Amino acid sequence: MTLMDKNLGLVEVQKLEGHTDRVWNVAWNPAADGVLASCSADKTVRIWEQSSLTRSWTCKAVLEGTHTRTVKSLAWSPCGKLLATASFDGTTCVWENFATDSESVSVLQVHESEVKSVSWNASGSLLATCGRDKSVWIWEILPEYEFDCSAVLTGHSEDVKMVLWHPTMNVLFSCSYDNTIKIWCSEDEDGDYNCVQTLGESNNGHSSTVWSISFNAAGDKMVTCSDDLTVKIWKTDISRMQSGEGYVPWTHVCTLSGFHDRTIYSVHWSRDGVIASGAGDDTIQLFVDSNSDSVDRPSYKLLLKKEKAHEKDVNSVQWAPDKESRLLASASDDKMVKIWKLASEP
Amino acid sequence: MTLGLINANPVVQAKKERLVRREDQYRDDGVDPLEIYEYVRDIRDPEHPYTLEQLSVLSEESVTVDDKLDRILIMFTPTIQHCSMANIIGLCLRAKLKECLPLHYKVDIRVSPGSHADEVSVNKQLNDKERVAAALENPNLRQLVDECIYSDEI
Repeated sequence: MTLMDKNLGLVEVQKLEGHTDRVWNVAWNPAADGVLASCSADKTVRIWEQSSLTRSWTCKAVLEGTHTRTVKSLAWSPCGKLLATASFDGTTCVWENFATDSESVSVLQVHESEVKSVSWNASGSLLATCGRDKSVWIWEILPEYEFDCSAVLTGHSEDVKMVLWHPTMNVLFSCSYDNTIKIWCSEDEDGDYNCVQTLGESNNGHSSTVWSISFNAAGDKMVTCSDDLTVKIWKTDISRMQSGEGYVPWTHVCTLSGFHDRTIYSVHWSRDGVIASGAGDDTIQLFVDSNSDSVDRPSYKLLLKKEKAHEKDVNSVQWAPDKESRLLASASDDKMVKIWKLASEP
Repeated sequence: MTLGLINANPVVQAKKERLVRREDQYRDDGVDPLEIYEYVRDIRDPEHPYTLEQLSVLSEESVTVDDKLDRILIMFTPTIQHCSMANIIGLCLRAKLKECLPLHYKVDIRVSPGSHADEVSVNKQLNDKERVAAALENPNLRQLVDECIYSDEI
């Protein structure tokens, strides 16, 4: 089966029930096959594991009692042993020991209001958080789960919805209710982070709140989605940046519009090049570059549209990290997490 | 909270008579805009002891329903251009409708065009569901909202 197969469909594999309020986000463990975490307005995080025997998922742990308000976002460390959770209660918690007794090993309390997102860098040495107080914080992880504040980045003029580290370099991306995407990196020996670029309306950027960012496997392209009902694709010359030339700006490649008619909350780029989007119109849509094999300009098109993927808004879509399974997890206001497979329909 | 009322002299309408509607007026499987209006007309204004209907913040024309797309639009008219209660009124509408409506309806809430100095920013905040959810989790705001939406039960 290839992406050119005419009978491709998003097949529902399983519905994971358990959360008692809307589910905001899901995250696959990057190091353990078939392990997924979800977080909810019910103030808990659930860890789901796939049984090697039955191949179906069950809830292995419920992390509760620590966050006192909605848990908005979560991220696994690259080694898969730690899970960071961001909450409306203003704290970011780091958890470990899921096999036995999940334990919150660290609580970071610095944001003045709701924390919206948390992200680990590629090596697991840095953590970034952001929130409604318009700031982005960078933390260095020290032995014994100590977190040292490395930078407080101000610049966004409104609520910061998501932060995401670049997959290979220590460059941090943030997107906001102020309609922009900001890029932060440390250009000098001081190690101080600065905003090196802002992608706004004047650079073909979004005209309303930007909710989510995702990178392709190579890290030379980025996809973003917004309340302006569009998905935008951006690129940079990654080899120039990696060769130490200094910061190389990102530029707009194309805008996908007319596909969703409600706010698009989440986008995620799979390792084999499929972009998934989830929105307030209850659909999940998949896009691919139809020119990826040729030297022609990229041309993104709709691969498929899954209507009524959930009963209500789709808040998060995440491809499983491996290259073969083509599994997609989604989270919704309908309190469900669903697992899908991109496959030929019978 | 400021000590003085934002609008010390609101214009108050008499409470409207409840009209008896014809049963067959709307599709069975659709939602009747007047039915939705019934849920929200008696929400109490956050500042004054009157309902949103009495203050002409809401009227029967406030609610429109798109049956094909299952979407509801509510337009409300703050009593003055610089009303800082606009966001609270919007939260009250959302909180009340969350309880009453069939789950799959999408609700958009806006101030009537030209009725508020910060129309664009108020509308943006009222339609950002994350901001709405976080506001309704704030105990002080939640208490104020509850007082407005449950006032007829006190």
